[in-house]
Amino acid sequence: MTDELKQDDLVKINYKPPKKDWMDTPVNFRHGTYIYPARAKNLKYLDLPNPREWSPTDEDWKLPENWKDIILNGMKERLDKYRSFKVFMDICVRCGACADKCHFFIGGGDPKNMPVLRAELIRSIYKGNFTAAGKILGRLNGARGLTKDVIKEWFYYFYQCTECRRCSVFCPYGIDTAEITMMGRELLTLLGCNVNWVLEPAANCYRTGNHLGIQPHALKDMFEMLLDDIEDRTGVKIEPTFNRKGAEILFVTPSADYFADPGIYTCMGYLMLFHELGLDYTWSTYASEGGNFGLFTSHEMIKRLNAKIYAEAKRLGVKWIIGGECGHMWRVIHQYMDTMNGPADFLEAPVSPITGTKFENAKSTKMVHITEFTADLIKNNKLKLDPSRNDKLRITFHDSCNPARAMGILEEPRYIIKNVCNNFFEMPENTAREQTFCCGGGAGLGTDEMMEIRMRGGMPRANAVQYVHDKHGVNRLTCMCAIDRATLTTLMEYWVPDVKVTGVHELVANALVMKGEKERIVDIRGEPLKEKKGEDDV
Amino acid sequence: MYNSGKIITGLIIFVGLVTLPFWYSIGKANIKPDPSLNTPVINQMKVKHCIESKQFMIDNHMELLNEWRNAVVRDNKTIYVSTTGQYFTMSLEDTCFHCHSNEKQFCNQCHSYVNIQPYCWECHVKPAEEIANGH
Amino acid sequence: MKLLLAFVIVLVLSAVPYIGIKYAGMSYEFGVIVPYAAVAVFILGFVYRIVKWAKSPVPFRIPTTCGQEKSLPWIKQNKLDNPSGTSGVVGRMALEVLFFRSLFRNTKTELKDGPKLAYGSSGWLWLAAIAFHWSFLIILIRHFRLFSQPVPYLINLLENVDGFLQIGIPTLYITDILLLAAVLYLFIRRIAIPQVRYISLVSDYFPLLLIFGIGLTGVLMRYFYRVNVIGVKELVMGLIALKPAVPADIGSLFFIHLFLISTLFAYFPFSKLMHMGGVFLSPTRNLANNNRMVRHINPWNYPVHVHTYAEYEDEFRDKMKSVGLPVEKE
Ligand code: HEM
Ligand code: SF4
Ligand code: SF4
Repeated sequence: MTDELKQDDLVKINYKPPKKDWMDTPVNFRHGTYIYPARAKNLKYLDLPNPREWSPTDEDWKLPENWKDIILNGMKERLDKYRSFKVFMDICVRCGACADKCHFFIGGGDPKNMPVLRAELIRSIYKGNFTAAGKILGRLNGARGLTKDVIKEWFYYFYQCTECRRCSVFCPYGIDTAEITMMGRELLTLLGCNVNWVLEPAANCYRTGNHLGIQPHALKDMFEMLLDDIEDRTGVKIEPTFNRKGAEILFVTPSADYFADPGIYTCMGYLMLFHELGLDYTWSTYASEGGNFGLFTSHEMIKRLNAKIYAEAKRLGVKWIIGGECGHMWRVIHQYMDTMNGPADFLEAPVSPITGTKFENAKSTKMVHITEFTADLIKNNKLKLDPSRNDKLRITFHDSCNPARAMGILEEPRYIIKNVCNNFFEMPENTAREQTFCCGGGAGLGTDEMMEIRMRGGMPRANAVQYVHDKHGVNRLTCMCAIDRATLTTLMEYWVPDVKVTGVHELVANALVMKGEKERIVDIRGEPLKEKKGEDDV
Repeated sequence: MYNSGKIITGLIIFVGLVTLPFWYSIGKANIKPDPSLNTPVINQMKVKHCIESKQFMIDNHMELLNEWRNAVVRDNKTIYVSTTGQYFTMSLEDTCFHCHSNEKQFCNQCHSYVNIQPYCWECHVKPAEEIANGH
Repeated sequence: MKLLLAFVIVLVLSAVPYIGIKYAGMSYEFGVIVPYAAVAVFILGFVYRIVKWAKSPVPFRIPTTCGQEKSLPWIKQNKLDNPSGTSGVVGRMALEVLFFRSLFRNTKTELKDGPKLAYGSSGWLWLAAIAFHWSFLIILIRHFRLFSQPVPYLINLLENVDGFLQIGIPTLYITDILLLAAVLYLFIRRIAIPQVRYISLVSDYFPLLLIFGIGLTGVLMRYFYRVNVIGVKELVMGLIALKPAVPADIGSLFFIHLFLISTLFAYFPFSKLMHMGGVFLSPTRNLANNNRMVRHINPWNYPVHVHTYAEYEDEFRDKMKSVGLPVEKE
């Protein structure tokens, strides 16, 4: 995957835009910079239009006959439905403040990856078709006509945006190019121009409840493996429940947590923590996915996939919900779920059964972030922790885009990390918290065929990790996002190979002193807790 | 979620501010300036003529005075030669106010109309008439 | 090219009133009809644009959070960058509108060998933007002296503060210099920074040049080529009293100034300058991040197809039973 990509070539970045105007520069589908189109079967499964087999490199994309009307009507509908879209189309002054804030521009130099120009790709069509000034003045006012090449350009660049919202932090009007990308992708969806890396998980999730298409019996098997590993490493036997009616709490996390390394270690952390607390909770096989690739498709798809969480909470009769470590999942839960599928009046405002703390900030949505839950436990001294068990790790923390810029959940994970390990180092200010850099593979870009774009887009993040690696010897990158755990792993292997990726609750798992545990000589990955003696001493 | 209430309030405030001059002028008499030359000294002049032409004085009296000040204070010069070759002492009080002894009816007519606030009076004494009237 | 075109447009716009006044004697057209029309277009256009935006709802609450959320009571919330209530939002908006808070964060990214990425703070854009907007506002307010009789005390105060250097006759206003310098900077930056130049349109150069033209004619009138200020005020007062009359001999420079301003006003509602209204309506800034506390209502929320639990169990019932997962229907 990354073999063919030479770092020396990647870092030769030319930020100087070409002479030719961007409107006259057609898009070039080059291997490593675009995602394979969605298979017809996935579109069909989700009742999406124009299912067919095609490739972006084809001359003919097999668009529907009336594709132009579809796009223009689709734009009109969305302009009428979303004030954000309309206002953002109108008020950009092209000051360029956002230009060098996007990781894809920083890592690649393609001018159309400047957020402002990404937005102009659609704004130019808006001006040409929906504003008087644009219709009269045409190109002078930045307007252009809608052609098939425009659709190709949209497909290319709206799938080179990870909807990370970093640009929005710096824009004086808060213009959120992620929102514009979402509109662009919705419009492309109307023509059946989707990517498989998004729609296959979405279709799987629709059917089986999770992205990976794991069926209920297989899901249980996977957990057995995790539970065996936990017993092997801690001596504690855990027996979680699934689809249990009458539990107090429903727990929902992204499926990557119980399926893929290194997410599984974080998942083991949840299992151990809840067991140690004796929490009355259940997993669900139907709502077995916290993630929501609808966010990368359309608002309607968000709602269709998200509906399962409240439906399952209602069916099982739980009182409230805890959500695991994930980024885009929390964008959906925090900013969309209650509005789309609420009100959750069948649930109760969340109260921690262990500490009695009322989670006031979640009283309507009734879903609490796991780091809010755990930070409260630690603050109230409900956990016995031995941070020295993480001593071989020198840790830094990556704020995932959505928790940082769509929630502002910044201190909770840091509080936990500082309590479960002794060596914590922040990355530089311009690369952390609300200014954090994307992993380069969010919003459905985290697939192998996108490797060049991912490694480029991830470079600013990797560079900051490199900095703390060089300065403080950091060897672990903590994050609370399932996509990150996968994409950052590849990114680190490529740019900073000495650094491995970890979830917050993996660190908790290591430090948590459990009742009836055996002497812990290995960490939750089964690796020795302490560096082998001798290596350092000689 | 439209927030119409807030938006309409905002619009009313905006339109109110933009049209403020219109509201502000309602009911106020729009008196145009009418500088008066009716002073004892001017009334006695046969040819009513300032030190330079009327148009020049309207356009440039402020600069002229500024030059006078600098000439007197910095260069110790006190005599001004006009374009017609006449000599005048460069003095606000002795030359200008000698004829224009009516600041209120003369200077202030225009100054207050267009809101000019010359800082002459930070140093100079106002013309005698004004002092007598209690200014 | 684009730049040149914008320049030519502004030149032509300056020539029109000059010719009109000087050779066609159209002082009534340029002194009365044009300004009235411009103000009418401005107000109606502005209201029209805002109403058009307002007609689209805000279906979801999508603030961009730029600081710590409100969560557990012992975690300090960043109330201005991540407000959870009205007062915080008002504070955040005030910072944005009055001090361009977001622009203040601006950084400049540089790629050095290594590779090392460096993010220097880059305050010039912010400084120029602030200098430009505030000068513009203060100059606008100062003009009230031509629009009011008697002139309110506050305007006097503003003039005195603005002219406190007491340089020259008539007193030099600091904002006059700042405005021209800032616009010049913004303009040069547009040409000099390759990326910004690449994204710039005629409609980006035009307002800057237009405003520069307005500032320049204003400064020329005030400091160099005197116009008949009394006449100007008579004209203005006549206009606002709705008894328009054009005094003679105002000077053609004034009519150029007036015509450029009228152009700006009339152009405003149909251009990017509407950011003035739009900034207040931006959903990533004007909403509180109380998403999980208060349910946001989407007026067009509609039912969608979902895959129900019943359908799910129907497909997987046997497999579920085989591993002992509870089912609804046996
Ligand atoms: C609430 C009122 C306003 C706010 C908050 C605001 C804010 C801003 C900000 C943050 C920028 C970006 C920085 C820059 O490029 O300078 C900007 C640009 C600009 N603003 Fe405003 N503005 C307001 C009103 C106005 C008005 C009334 C005008 C003109 C008559 C105006 C003219 C401009 C122009 C021409 C630019 C572009 C500068 C460039 O091209 O570099 N603004 N504004
Ligand atoms: S920062 Fe905002 S206003 Fe400036 S160019 Fe980018 S999107 Fe446009
Ligand atoms: S949302 Fe992120 S990826 Fe998309 S344009 Fe903005 S900074 Fe770039």
